[in-house]
Amino acid sequence: MFEKLFEYLQFPFVRYALIVGVLVALCSSLFGVTLVLKRFSFIGDGLSHVAFGAMTVATILKMKNEMPLTLLLTILCAVLLLRAGQNAKIKGDAAVAMLSVAALALGYLLLNLFPTTSGNLAGDVCSTLFGSTSILTLSAAEVWMSVILSVIVVTLFILFYHKIFAVTFDESFAQATGTNAAAYNLLIAVVVAVIIVLAMNLVGSLLISALVIFPALSAMRVYRSFFSVTVCSAVLSVVCALLGLLTAIIAGTPVGSTIVAVDIAAFLIFSLIGKLKRR
Amino acid sequence: MALLECKNLSLGYEGHVIVKDLNFSVNAGDYLCIVGENGSGKTTLMKTILGLTAPLSGSVTTGDGLKKNEIGYLPQQTLIQRDFPASVQEIVISGCQAHMGRRPFYGPAEKELAKKNMERMGLSGMADRCYRDLSGGQQQRVLLARALCATRKLLLMDEPVAGLDPKVTAEMYELIETLNRKDGITVIMISHDLGAALRYATHILHIGGKVFFGTREAYAASEAAGSLLREGSGGLLPERPAGKKKAGGKEVRNV
Repeated sequence: MFEKLFEYLQFPFVRYALIVGVLVALCSSLFGVTLVLKRFSFIGDGLSHVAFGAMTVATILKMKNEMPLTLLLTILCAVLLLRAGQNAKIKGDAAVAMLSVAALALGYLLLNLFPTTSGNLAGDVCSTLFGSTSILTLSAAEVWMSVILSVIVVTLFILFYHKIFAVTFDESFAQATGTNAAAYNLLIAVVVAVIIVLAMNLVGSLLISALVIFPALSAMRVYRSFFSVTVCSAVLSVVCALLGLLTAIIAGTPVGSTIVAVDIAAFLIFSLIGKLKRR
Repeated sequence: MALLECKNLSLGYEGHVIVKDLNFSVNAGDYLCIVGENGSGKTTLMKTILGLTAPLSGSVTTGDGLKKNEIGYLPQQTLIQRDFPASVQEIVISGCQAHMGRRPFYGPAEKELAKKNMERMGLSGMADRCYRDLSGGQQQRVLLARALCATRKLLLMDEPVAGLDPKVTAEMYELIETLNRKDGITVIMISHDLGAALRYATHILHIGGKVFFGTREAYAASEAAGSLLREGSGGLLPERPAGKKKAGGKEVRNV
């Protein structure tokens, strides 16, 4: 089995997949804790559907590079969702669900009304949503871009860790005592949108939702402080992503769903440990 | 000049006015209790003072060089906090956030302040306990310790004794009294508990229906109190405990 693995590791695309998978897992799990606690577990799914809708618009407008428009629209939606926060008329979960369904439906409708050249509509949609094999077709440039962005995301998270905690735990208190809560919410929204758009292109929207919520939820079963939950969530996410990727490569299973399956297994194990610890 | 002055303040949302033309001022060292029926706009008023909600009209001005990061706030607990994985230490020290400026990490001064306030609230030895495993009274003391880390001059509290049993309620009132008398922190508190308000506060603001603002002595004699005071306690002004005298003996009603 290990021989087979080493043989595979000779291929650059396998190494690229491992690097990008681990980095995406790390970044999304760091902000995942905040999102789950702010009751925005579904934002990964919602925003990736928004990104899908934005991408179809870019495709129909025959833009050369779909990225700028997709990023712009997704950041806009993230800001709208996260900044409105607890004071919004339509609350977090409902707002995310509404945006998600609307973007998905309109995107698919637009693709049908204005068919593009590729001709394989169902296949395109499927690969956008489930990521299929895109993680195995990364270029060196994409890998470098992910590395740079991950460094930025992790640095931002460490620098603003205490502010992020304050804003997540109690937004009104932070605002009332002179912390610029709105600015930090904006920062969180923009970073989350960037992570999701990039990760969706690399690993598909199914995987990104799982990467945002599963490690955070698993860590919360066992650990009881924000710091330990964050660290555990990051480590767990990286380990699960690695295990999932290696399994997928060796067994030839779809990458995204294999990682999600490993995350589910980890969640079950952590729930059990949590129950035993509380006895 | 007063620490805080509200002029012709009107509160409400979407054109629906709850409170109209409110005028009052708070001086350094005051202990102001805001009383009134449910829905009379007490929390909205507090949020307006804190700058979280904009008033429909009128103005809130701060004096005596009061800065935003010298204010402590004890909000009502939110749903999110009930199952939040955070240790007591993490929550209390987050009150220091406003004094950090651009520094990203807490220094020895902040850690010392958090420790001091945890001791003051009787939370020493609980620093690593998880917030969601604590009792209601303990959680409230954690949030008060956090507010104390933020406060330098003014402390605003939204029903600090809501959901606490009579014994813990009495302790909480004593703590607040000490903060006001000994540490010279100005207190503004929303309360449902008129007995305690009359007992501890120096000034009372009654909103909803009849509006009243003045000293507690004037309030007890006024008509506005009548609508809230129960039978038997009308006109009876409890002695404000002086200095260190224990307030333990007297009953504290928790409505």
